[in-house]
Amino acid sequence: MTSNTDWRALVLPLAALALWYALTALQLVDTKLIVPPGAVLDAAWQVASGGQLLAGLRASLVRDLSGFAAGSAAGILFGLLLGVSRWAERLVGPTFHTLKQISLFAWLPLLSTWLGTGEAAKVLFIALSAFYPVALNTFEGVRGVTRAQLEVARVLGFNRIQLAARLILPAASARIATGLHLALLYAWLATIGAEYLLGSSAQGIGSVVIRGKATFHVELIVVGMLLIGGVGLLLNRLAAAVEDRVLHWRGPGH
Amino acid sequence: MTARIETSTLPAFAVPRLPSLSHAAVTRLALSWPLPLAVLLLWHLAATFEWLPPQILPPPAVVATTFVDLVRTGELPDNLWISLGRVLAGFAAGGAAGLVLGVAMGLSPTTRDVLYPSFRAIAQVPSLGWLPLLMLLVGLGEALKIILIAKAAFVPVALNTYQGLRGVPTRYIEVARVYRFTRWQLLVKVVFPAAFPQVWNGVRYGLTHAWLALVAVELLASSEGLGFMIVYGRQLYQLDVVLAAVVVVGTVGYLLDRLLTVLEQRLLRWRHDAF
Repeated sequence: MTSNTDWRALVLPLAALALWYALTALQLVDTKLIVPPGAVLDAAWQVASGGQLLAGLRASLVRDLSGFAAGSAAGILFGLLLGVSRWAERLVGPTFHTLKQISLFAWLPLLSTWLGTGEAAKVLFIALSAFYPVALNTFEGVRGVTRAQLEVARVLGFNRIQLAARLILPAASARIATGLHLALLYAWLATIGAEYLLGSSAQGIGSVVIRGKATFHVELIVVGMLLIGGVGLLLNRLAAAVEDRVLHWRGPGH
Repeated sequence: MTARIETSTLPAFAVPRLPSLSHAAVTRLALSWPLPLAVLLLWHLAATFEWLPPQILPPPAVVATTFVDLVRTGELPDNLWISLGRVLAGFAAGGAAGLVLGVAMGLSPTTRDVLYPSFRAIAQVPSLGWLPLLMLLVGLGEALKIILIAKAAFVPVALNTYQGLRGVPTRYIEVARVYRFTRWQLLVKVVFPAAFPQVWNGVRYGLTHAWLALVAVELLASSEGLGFMIVYGRQLYQLDVVLAAVVVVGTVGYLLDRLLTVLEQRLLRWRHDAF
């Protein structure tokens, strides 16, 4: 990327910022509703020093990652089972493909009735959101293992564990990585959604934003949104970097 | 993608495929039933022996009766139409905007350099992140739902359109140059058909995301629609209503996706004819 491109990428954000500033400075809009950029900066500084938002952010991240870890681990195992065993695929596959059509958020009211609005319901919901993309991509990755590859492994006398560890998982790794990447984004969406919908008494960045809305603190909402977006961006970058690292052995040409 | 383009230029393999129910297909169909039936049986047993209180787990028969009642009283169809109307309005607006932006960024490097980084940044904020701000700016009305659904559809459509257009192999364009295609011909006959599969993928994702966003926004801020039925049923501890609505949410999601798959096959057939 040349410095020229970088500069042009800033045109739009800077224009938006200038418009925002001008609108609020000239009092062309209700500044209670559209707060001036300065107020947002103030709020950001206050929450950063007060620690309210950062504590919420930490709570959200812990929740997000534990749900993601549980959901994607289950997804890999499930996808592997479905991909390797014809019987499992025939017995469980159709039900799985049907259930995945239910919009994620439709589960939340059910989960909260069964498990309450505590941590368990939230983490389970996040895990569920991570489970589907991982399971689906793992399944398709395993399905991509060719008969020839399998025969070579047979000739080499691989047992089941070797087969899984040395052939199937590496062969499916690119698809699994795609699934994990998607799952990371879905899990973050689910974290925010769970915090919006399941009570604002618990710690969490979503709860802070909802409280900001309830108390009409627009600057708090904007800071919260920026943080939510920032975390999303960071998670995405992280996943891409890890993917490059881990799949490095595949080399170019793939 | 490439394979499709290449086969489409071959003489048509016009062998009509009869929808035959082979032995394998029958087996597949038969084997898909045991699990759901077992779950249903377990559910029924749990309800009959009251392992769980009926407010938490109503028996399947009750859910079925409730479903029929909700359909007969018109409550379910009414809410379903409202939800469908919202999702289609939002999807149409967001998808159209996504197509325009995707094409603009895909065809013009200047537009891409100026818009793409900002677009990526906006796309990173999950749709729900916008909700509290939008609630304050536009209130709880219909506009809020449409905007949020539109945003959910906009991102995948724009992204896939852009990447689809950029991914058109340069050798296709070189061939078109050799044939002295005009700019318009190049776009209509080469670039758009080649990018079509990925653009369509974006449209499918867009619809899926729109449906996801609809349910979320109706759960959070609505007084009608399927999502509202779910919240309402949960507040009154009428889990039969909740479960009936969840089944409808799943079915509609499935049908919307099927619809786009069928449409895709239609559109691809048109492409075969055109070449």
